[in-house]
Amino acid sequence: MIDKRVQDPTRAVADIHDGATVMIGGFGEAGSPIELIHALIDHGARGLTVISNNTGSGEVGLAALLKAQRVAKVVCSFPRTANSTVFPELYRQGKVELELVPQGTLAERIRAGGAGVPAFYTPAAVGTPLAEGKESRLFDGKEYLLERWLRADFALIKGRRADRFGNVVYNKTARNFGPIMAMAAGVTIVQVNTVVEPGGIDPESVVTPGIFVDRVVEVATPLHESELVAAGATYP
Amino acid sequence: MSTHGEEAGWTRDEMARRLALDIPNGSYVNLGIGIPELVARFVPEGRTLIYHTENGLLGMGPSPAPDAGDPELINAGKRQVTALPGAAYFHHADSFAMIRGGHIDLCVLGAMQVACNGDLANWSTGEPDAIPAVGGAMDLVAGVKSVYVITQHCTKTGEPKLVERCTYPLTGRGVINRVYTELAVIDVTPEGFRLVELAPGVEFEYVKERTAAPLLRR
Repeated sequence: MIDKRVQDPTRAVADIHDGATVMIGGFGEAGSPIELIHALIDHGARGLTVISNNTGSGEVGLAALLKAQRVAKVVCSFPRTANSTVFPELYRQGKVELELVPQGTLAERIRAGGAGVPAFYTPAAVGTPLAEGKESRLFDGKEYLLERWLRADFALIKGRRADRFGNVVYNKTARNFGPIMAMAAGVTIVQVNTVVEPGGIDPESVVTPGIFVDRVVEVATPLHESELVAAGATYP
Repeated sequence: MSTHGEEAGWTRDEMARRLALDIPNGSYVNLGIGIPELVARFVPEGRTLIYHTENGLLGMGPSPAPDAGDPELINAGKRQVTALPGAAYFHHADSFAMIRGGHIDLCVLGAMQVACNGDLANWSTGEPDAIPAVGGAMDLVAGVKSVYVITQHCTKTGEPKLVERCTYPLTGRGVINRVYTELAVIDVTPEGFRLVELAPGVEFEYVKERTAAPLLRR
């Protein structure tokens, strides 16, 4: 019998090792797997490379992971938001490395990683400082940059519902990086509000097929990052 | 005629209204953060536009009523929005395939500098202690069919934003088609900046003085 359910976030992240590369889903707070991130902070793995679109806000979730100095490098498109202070401070102190990637290139590098395509050409960032050091090539008279795939040891993502085979559906714009990160990681861990029996999700509606998912954790009422930030919460 | 500082020309809302007049019915449109967001309020009667937000929604509607929003239904500026009937959600790789693949008709962005060869700088001043953040701007300018800029003609300290060559780090090379400011609508042509329309009460010479590159008459 296939049963990818794990009892709680703590057990779900227990084998994330020091120095691991971890993809973390979310665009701002939408889709940020806050309970899995908090479990990772408790777990204590260090020297992580985090691949995520943003760097969190306030001092909870992804920002708290950074604040705890567990992250050596961030691969990211937009490392600041209105309430983002942790990353800028660490970056200015030289305590975290940044690889800045245009958002669409970030998404496509992750997709390529999951699809087994080691490199591709894109027109984004041609002629800009982010093209420095990159191989370029003309196709039909237009210039493109060579970009490499991104893969990770683990992915932490958030869905709305999953079955015990790991089929996942998402909530609105919280889908964002979830489906592609699930494909690009060795071990994909998904937190969802509800776990259902196989058959409980219409196969026509499955967004991430279970083949891309290794562990499913039910978090019935996930915390909302913006509410925590507004309340001045910190983690731990 | 008004030729004194901020009195001249269009308000921000009027700039957005003027731009909205130029968007054909049925267009798929991506609006950037800031003044570009205002454009959605001024779509002329009888036209339907479909708004794309890079974080995975086509058919984006206005802000929700108080307490009716969902923190997982947001726009690229991370503000809560709504999904209109006929909307669709999708993941980030599909969203940027729409952008890079030339499926989005128009993108409206803010700018720090636009050069007369169509270069755009809108993501970094390049200062050493600035936190670099690029988001989706480089993908948008590389892939969307038409890219319009809507911006104040000069910075708060009076420096022209329309320039001969950008001094800030580029977002893209030769990517801007048209610029809307409080003073004028200006096309980027192979010959450089060319006036399309002056705001009411604004004279050509007044715009020319505030543009740091040659400005051709209509």
